[in-house]
Order: sequence, then C-alpha cells, then structure tokens
Amino acid sequence: MSAPQSSESTFKRYVEVGRVVLISDGPCAGKLATIVEIIDHNRALIDGPLTGVPRQSFAYRRLVLTPFVLTKLTRAASTPIVKKVFEASDVLAKWEKSAWAQRRAAMEKRRSTSDFERFEIMLLKKQRRRVVQLAGAKAKKSA
Amino acid sequence: MARNSEVSPHIGKLSKSQLFAKKGLYKRKHAAPAAAPAPAATTVTKTIGGKANGTSRVLPVTRAPAFYPSDDVRAPKLNRKTLKPTKLRSTITPGTVLILLAGRFRGKRVVFLKQLEGGLLLVTGPFKVNGVPVRRVNQTYVIATSTKVDLAGLEVDAKFNDAYFAKPAANNRAGTEAAFFKDGEKKVFPADKAADQKTLDKAVLAAVAKTPNLAKYLGATFGLTNGQYPHLLKF
Repeated sequence: MSAPQSSESTFKRYVEVGRVVLISDGPCAGKLATIVEIIDHNRALIDGPLTGVPRQSFAYRRLVLTPFVLTKLTRAASTPIVKKVFEASDVLAKWEKSAWAQRRAAMEKRRSTSDFERFEIMLLKKQRRRVVQLAGAKAKKSA
Repeated sequence: MARNSEVSPHIGKLSKSQLFAKKGLYKRKHAAPAAAPAPAATTVTKTIGGKANGTSRVLPVTRAPAFYPSDDVRAPKLNRKTLKPTKLRSTITPGTVLILLAGRFRGKRVVFLKQLEGGLLLVTGPFKVNGVPVRRVNQTYVIATSTKVDLAGLEVDAKFNDAYFAKPAANNRAGTEAAFFKDGEKKVFPADKAADQKTLDKAVLAAVAKTPNLAKYLGATFGLTNGQYPHLLKF
C-alpha cells in the first residue's frame, strides 16, 4: 500500500512493505527490522537478517516506525532478498547517524554508568562549569 | 521402594536378592555387633549397724523421685538447626569499594579487605582518605559497587580478627562521687592500634593512588539526588 497523496494527511510514516521498524520489546528489543508483508490490521511479517531478527509475525503495537523505507523491496520477499536490499540501501549506517539512534545510545550509556563513573562525570561537569563561568564573567567585564 | 517398582500394591517387581544386587548392598561394610556393655548395677548391698536391723540391706543405687508433677508436661521438640558460616556475596571480593548504609560512617565509600571468621566484613577507609578506620561491618548494610582496587598480593595481618575489635570489659560500675563529677578526660587512642592502621593502609593507599580520582571518590559521601532510584541505578 503506497502512501496516499493527500496533503491534509497528518501521517508521515506509513505501515508498508519496506518500512524499517524498531522493535520495542521482547528478546529483539532495540533492533531494526523491515516489514516484508502485511498480515492484517494488527500484525505484519517482519525480517531483519542483518540485525539478527528472525523472520516472524509481529504486532504493530510492539513496533515503532522509523523514517526509513526500503523502496526497492517487493511484497513477501525472501530473507536473502531482504538482506540484499537492506545492504544496498545502507539503512543501518543512516540509522546510526540519526539523532534518534544517538539519543538511544546516550541514554543506554547513562543508565549503565557505575557509581564511580557518575562521580567522574560530576567532576568533569564541575570543570566545564568553571571554564564557562570564568569566560562568561570575563566577557561581562569587558562588555 | 526407591530402586524397585510395584507390580501391584505391596508386591515389588524385583525379588529380595535382585534388590540386594541392584542397591549394591554387597558394598556395605558389616560391623560386628558391639559387645553389649556390662549392665550397670541397679542395687547395692550395704552393711548397716544396729543389733535389731539385720547385718545388710539391699538398696537401690538411685532412689525413686519423691516428687512427681501432677500433669504430664510435654518435652520440648529437639532443635535441629545448624549454624553455618555467613555466605559472602559474590560481588564482594578483596579490594571492592563498598558504600556503607548504616552506622557512624553511613554514606562513606570504603575498601573491603576480607571476611572475618564471625562473618563480618573487615574494611578500611583508608583512614587518611575518609576517616574510616579499620573496622568491622555487616554485609547486609552495605552496597557493593563494581569499582575494585587492585589488592593483589595484599596479606591482611592475621592480628585483625574478631578478638582485636572486642570492647574492653566495663570496669567499676559504682564509681566514686568525685570521679562521677570530674570532667571526662580525653580518651587517648591506643598508639599500637594507630600504628596498625598505618601499616595496613600503606599498601591500600598505594593501590588507590594508581587510579586517577579514586582517592577523591573514596573521600566523597554517597547520596541520592532527585530522579535517582536505587533499584534502577547500576552501582
């Protein structure tokens, strides 16, 4: 199903064959996959051969749509085809560069900091604050 | 019938000799029945004086009790509990930085040295860094962080045991009136204990100095800020 041309549509990302999705829960949580076929109003067949997601039916409520689409992907393509198209489109690299993916990585890092790391971060923040305040005070004085 | 199965209630599949072979009872050592100990004498013949009393009398060794309770009192059940040594958490190894949660030094980060025989943990600040002396601490009032100080090869002196930390026995309860009203003299910390602290901390401080900021970290107190929840924090 291609995206409707209506200009009033508030939706930008559609559930369609080739839509790259982010899995939000389960054993593959946090991994990317592609919608290969739409099963019904609740589920789609997804596949992520390059990201380690086995081909399976998946509920939309457990997915998040990304802005990436594999336009070259045909309906009900097999796993090797999906792999080829995924690789050719270079979606993984684009995803890693996106602010969304980088924010996810940063949050993951923040949540996994140890007590000592949190202490070191606090010291660095204090250093930065000092540098900024000194420069700010200087600029104020000379203004 | 554990090694047997039932063909029908109370009728086993294997015969007695088959079961004997299956259970390997031929391996069981047969101890010769211990010779029955000579039965203790229950009566004693005692000679007694007095002309009309006869020359001897047979008396019981232990007399029957003169008092029996009116109600039969139930004997208390046997206690089969056995005391086992306290298990040390797998996350706590020599050199681990611990956060003390209770007591005089709550919030302080200290270095773990070893577990004592009584089950308590032996820790030190080190003293110069955060004022925590070599001390005993209970495992349950401690958070083990993932930060470890490299104490490889550190032999904690055997003198640090539970007896070392025992409080001296309280002396004279009924003091004199004069002594009661006298201003408490400053208790001097024993010099030998201070020396023990110094020698113990020397190696620990050397190891702490290897990691940048670790001494500052040990000197800082732990606290939670808004948005920090212990069950979500990784230590």
